[in-house]
Amino acid sequence: MSQQMRTPLGRARGLGSARDGTEHFWRQRVTSVALVPLVVFFLMVVVALTGADHARVAATLSSFWIAIPMMLVVLVAAAHMRLGMQVIVEDYVHAPIPKYLLLMANTAFCALIGLVGVSALLMLMLGGR
Amino acid sequence: MVQLTLPKNSRVQAGKTWPKPEGATNLREYRVYRWNPDEGGNPRMDTFFVDMDDCGPMILDGLIWIKNNIDSTLTFRRSCREGICGSCSMNINGLNTLACIKTTEEIDGPVTVYPLPHMEVVKDLVPDMTLFYAQLRSIEPWLKTATPEPEREWRQSHEDRSKLDGLYECILCACCSTACPSYWWNSERYLGPAVLLQANRWIEDSRDEATGERLDDLEDPFRLYRCHTIMNCAQVCPKGLNPAEAIAEIKRKMVDRRT
Repeated sequence: MSQQMRTPLGRARGLGSARDGTEHFWRQRVTSVALVPLVVFFLMVVVALTGADHARVAATLSSFWIAIPMMLVVLVAAAHMRLGMQVIVEDYVHAPIPKYLLLMANTAFCALIGLVGVSALLMLMLGGR
Repeated sequence: MVQLTLPKNSRVQAGKTWPKPEGATNLREYRVYRWNPDEGGNPRMDTFFVDMDDCGPMILDGLIWIKNNIDSTLTFRRSCREGICGSCSMNINGLNTLACIKTTEEIDGPVTVYPLPHMEVVKDLVPDMTLFYAQLRSIEPWLKTATPEPEREWRQSHEDRSKLDGLYECILCACCSTACPSYWWNSERYLGPAVLLQANRWIEDSRDEATGERLDDLEDPFRLYRCHTIMNCAQVCPKGLNPAEAIAEIKRKMVDRRT
């Protein structure tokens, strides 16, 4: 009822402009451009290691020039994934509590994926297991 | 949270099949969405047969023929019947377009007519455009200047004038906005392609002095950035315009002014 008694212009203006969104848009573009060469590199490594045993995979991934771009793949992909998933949640989930919970869970999940991936590569590179 | 099915009272049911006109040999089948607020109940699809030997070539001609000869209660908006007023926008065989410039001949099989998608229906093929018009009003689609008005007209070079081509032709039929999934899910907060194309028409205008404020008011994760370049807008525009490109232009300016 309250929505029906509001003037249409009041409804259209809503809470006003957030003066925000360009940073998000730009980050999404920058990460997607960065992912073009990174994903090509990632696929090349995966193809090169097809059928290789554990020792060879570990040796390859622990080499400095493989490990550093691999970490970039993980970090940039996680950042990009967070931005994209955030948009999907905002698109479809409108009820406040599920929306904010999902947005937080999204950030937590992407941070976790990034950290786990980078830690694993660091352990390989620094001579762990 | 996320609604996956239509609410029960919105599910379209089979309607009435009206008798074929007597003596007619060249018939076309029209299936038309009907809903009457006075009767309530669910919307239904009525079937009509139009005598093409007695009727003009456009879908709108067919609808007018039905209204004149079969069921005078069939309700739809129309005015200019030449694609310039934007009144008769509706969903014809799955695509939003103007009934007055789409021919029956272009369609194979029955002609299926629904109102514009995802809008409240006032009656039959008439959608409620209140929010759409209010959103247009909210971007203040008029020339805004601080400089005192010149004695004669505001001057503009031919080159600057040509930047408005592809923008000024919009007739606000709402075919694009109501074809946009992002507008379906977030019409309360996303302005939609038609209104954003209009916004860009004033942002691009070399005579306007409020470009910065216009960009400020649009810079919002929902008002502008709900556009995910799905491109349905450009595909359906009956005037052949490209709202997606206009929106991309606005986004480009947002980046330009901070980089």
